This record gives sequence, C-alpha cells and structure tokens, in this order.
Amino acid sequence: MVTGQNPIARLVRVWLPVGFFLVLALFPFYWMAITSIKPNSELYNTHLMPLLVRNPTLKHYVDLLTQTSFLRWTWNTMLVAVVSTAISLVLGTMLAYPLARMRFAGAGLIAMTVAAIYLVPQPLLFLPLADVINRLDLGNTLTAVILTYPTMLVPFCAWLLLGYFKTVPKELEEAARIDGASRLQTMRQIFLPLCTPGFISAGIFAFTLSQNEFLYALIFLTKSSVRTVPVGVIAELIRGDVFYWGQLMAGALLGSIPVALIYSFFVEHYVAGLTSGAVKG
Amino acid sequence: MSIHSLPLTATARLPRRALSLSGWLDRESVFSWLMMALPLLFLAALVGYPLVYGILLSLEDRPVAEPGHFVGLKNFITDFHDPIFWRVAVNTFVYTIVATLLKMVGGLGLALAMNQDFRMKNLVRAVLLLPFIVPTVLSTVAWMWMLDPAFSVVNRILIGLGMPRPGPSWLGNPVLAMISIIVINTWRGLPFYGITLLAGLQTVPPELYEAATIDGASGWQRFRFVTLPLLKPIILIVTLFSVIFTFADFQLVYVLTHGGPQNATNLFATYAFDIGMGAGQLGLGASVALMMLPALALLIVALTLYMRRA
Repeated sequence: MVTGQNPIARLVRVWLPVGFFLVLALFPFYWMAITSIKPNSELYNTHLMPLLVRNPTLKHYVDLLTQTSFLRWTWNTMLVAVVSTAISLVLGTMLAYPLARMRFAGAGLIAMTVAAIYLVPQPLLFLPLADVINRLDLGNTLTAVILTYPTMLVPFCAWLLLGYFKTVPKELEEAARIDGASRLQTMRQIFLPLCTPGFISAGIFAFTLSQNEFLYALIFLTKSSVRTVPVGVIAELIRGDVFYWGQLMAGALLGSIPVALIYSFFVEHYVAGLTSGAVKG
Repeated sequence: MSIHSLPLTATARLPRRALSLSGWLDRESVFSWLMMALPLLFLAALVGYPLVYGILLSLEDRPVAEPGHFVGLKNFITDFHDPIFWRVAVNTFVYTIVATLLKMVGGLGLALAMNQDFRMKNLVRAVLLLPFIVPTVLSTVAWMWMLDPAFSVVNRILIGLGMPRPGPSWLGNPVLAMISIIVINTWRGLPFYGITLLAGLQTVPPELYEAATIDGASGWQRFRFVTLPLLKPIILIVTLFSVIFTFADFQLVYVLTHGGPQNATNLFATYAFDIGMGAGQLGLGASVALMMLPALALLIVALTLYMRRA
C-alpha cells in the first residue's frame, strides 16, 4: 500500500494501532503469568507496584500440581479432545465426501441441515441432553463428553472439509474410476491422501473447540477424577468466596499452553481454516 | 461429439455395473447414503432427538429425577409473568448488540491496521489471535482477577492515572458488570473478526485503489466506496456467526458474574441453567432455553441460505 513515508508517520500509522491491539490482546496473559509467580505477600499488598514481581516463586505451581488433581484434569482434557476430534474427523469426512463429489437427490437438503445443526448453540440442547445422558447412566464418565462434543464438532468438520474437498481437482479420481476402482477405493486410496491440509485445519479447530468446551463438561462431570481443566479450575480452585488467585492463574496459564502450542505449530492452517468462512466467533 | 460412441459405452457399462452388488454399491446415490448413514444417525440421535425432546420437556412440569407430566404452555406463561425473564431478555439483546457492534468496528480497525506492510507481520497476526484460541473459561478467570473488588489491576492503573480511590466496583455494580462482560466478550471475539476481515481486505485488487486515487478519491472515500462494499459479504457472514454465538453465550457470564448482581448480567443460557440445573426445574428451564429459538432460528436460516449461495 503506502510506502516511502518518513519513520514518524510510519510509527503513527503502523505501530501505534498495531501496538494498541497487541497490548490489549496480551495484557491478560501477562497478568496471568506474573500473578502465578508472585508470592502471596506481594499478591495481596496494595502498596507495591502491581505490574512487576520482586521475589518470583513457583510455589503456586507446586501447590497446584500437588494439592489439586490438575494433572488428572489435563490428562482428561487431552484424552477427550483427541478422541472426540478423531471421531469428528471420521464422521465429518463421511458426510463431506458425498456432499462434495456425488450427485444424488437430497444432497442440497443434507448440506443445509448440516450447516444448520452446526449453528445450533449448546444452550438450546443441554437440558434435554443432560436427561439423555442420565438415562444412559453415563453421568461422571468421560464417555458422556466424548459422545456429546462431536454433536458440535461433526457438523463443523463436515462443513470445513466440504469447502476443502471442493478445491481438490477431480481428475485423479476420474482416472482411478476409469481404471476400475470402486468409489470406496477411489475415496480412500486416491482422494483422502490428497486432503491432509484440510484434515489438519479441521483437526486443530476441533481440538481447540474441545479444549474450550465448558457447558457439557460442567453438567456431566461432577466428580474431581473425571473433570476437565476448565471445570476443575472453576469448581475446585474457587472454594466458596475464597479465591486462590496464584493457583488459579497458574492453572489458567498451564491449561492454555497445550492449545497455544498446537496452535503455534499449525498457525497457517488455522488461519486458512478461519478465513474459509466456516468458523464461529 | 461422436454419435457412435454413445450407444457403445452404454452397452459396455450395463452388464458390468448394474447387475452385481458392487455395481449397485457404486451407484452415486447408494454410495452416498451408505457413507452418510452413520454420521446422520449420530446427529439425529444426539442433536435431533434432544431438540425435539427439549420441546416436549418445555411442555411438562418436570422436577429433576421425577417423572414429568404434561402441562401445555404453562411454563411459557410462567416465563411471561416472570420479571427476571424479561430482564434476561433485555440483557441478552443489549449484550449481543453492543458486543457485536464493538467487535465489528474494532475488528475492522484491526484489519486495517494489519493490512499494512511491516516486519514480523505473521508473528503479530498469530499473537493477536491468542485471545480467541485460549479456552474462554481460563481467560475469563484472568479477567475476573483483573477486575477483583480489592486487588483489581485495572483500578490500580486507573488510580495511578488520577481516578479517585477505590475505583469502580466492576462486577458489583449492575451497569459496570454488563459493561465488563461486553468488554471481555469483545476482547475474545475481536481477533476473529479482525483476521477474517484482513483476509477479505487482502483480496481487494490494488488496481481498484489506484483507479480511485487517480479519480481523486481521498483516503476516506477509498475506504467508503472501494473497501467497504467489497468487504460487505464477509462482514455480513462474520456478524451473523458472531450474533448467534454471543446471543447464546454461557461460559463467560457463568464464570465471571453468575448472572449477577441482581440478574443484571443474566442471559437466556445462564438463566435456563439456573432454573434447569440449579433449581432442578427441567421443564421450566427448557422453556427458557427455547425462548432463544425464534430469534436464533431466524438468524440460522438467514446464515444457512447465505452460506449456500456463497
């Protein structure tokens, strides 16, 4: 766009607004991090300048890992996220492939239905689902959330993959068909290996959405041993009116790291998926 | 086009494909429906059935762990006579409209700022998306601590800048609590808006700006008459997404204020949770949740039709 400006105009045009957005986006994380390494004597002393730490300590982390089931919650969260993402990718592909490639009566209706289901928010479903899960006797099992997370992830993966599948050229599949391959062989051996970037995008999104999920986990998981990180942090680190802010911030930071790490490895795939017009915000 | 090859291929294909089982399985419609059967059954069982069941529940008096009985529209009538319900409805609309407007304007600003050439742009973009990536509950807890009545860092910065002590009670005052949840929702959703609009901005052909400049358009006019019209479809789709999920927001409010003080931040989702889970009135809770449906259905149909056209 505009180039060759003097440095001051550039500073005002570029770094002033960008810097503003950066500070806004990052300050809460900075505050999480600095709180988590402050000793309580500094944390609750209003006479000290709050933005810096004088005697950093790992006490809150040690307490978090030894006095609560945080590691267990992290394991649960990971397990649930990985399994429900895998299920959703498989089921999503089974929906998206025919919709992207086949011509059959009802295709348009199914595509619309999948899109509409994707947009149905959880608060509309959680009360009846809670009753269903109770009747299936799945309360306080990870199966309850592994079964219910895909209700939002399958339509999402299907929709994102549908968009991706349509960008893959058809010629290879047509060649395989002429060579006598069945539709299933063509799909599995020729088509799906071409779609790795699409699966990575959909997979990362599904993974972050599972890590972010709270409502179903809150309702279905009430025992400490089966809780996920968000529910564990809210239910067990906030005890009545007493807040353990050091531990809370340590937990919030540690709980954010897996998502942030995965995201940082695949950020280009993430942005590609984000801008494909299939993501809710 | 060859006239002779048509009957030839037709006769050659018939015996091989149509008569065998594998030939039948290879028909487009058979293959498609068999492939989609499992995911469709799954969605019917865990989305379709609960949706219908939720409607039935809303017509029942159904205390938790007891059999319900049909009461017709009684739950909805109770809702209509419940002043808190109306408070919740107003809250939800205020929250959705203000937060969406803020995200739209802020996101556009973010996209315009990022649509310039500077070093480490990809890194900055990745970092700016962090609020959107990190689990909402965890970042909301950080905000809760930032707005803590006694140790709020926001207040301490404001006091440092000259505001009288002790500073505002962000989560204790009804209006400030509403402002707080709107700001935090905006904080989380703004990067999504910004980065999506940035992708849209990058597809605007530079020749259009050059042509507009040659025609004597000012910076504002280029934005108003070139950028904005081209971004309109993306803004529309992002806004509809954002409205749907802000309207049905649960976790931010549940964690930060629990709907308080005095229901000042209670939304449909949190109020339905209070009644259904907290008070154990499944039927009444379902009726509150279902009151979201008319507005949502309208938005969902609009967005689905739009996505299909695009």
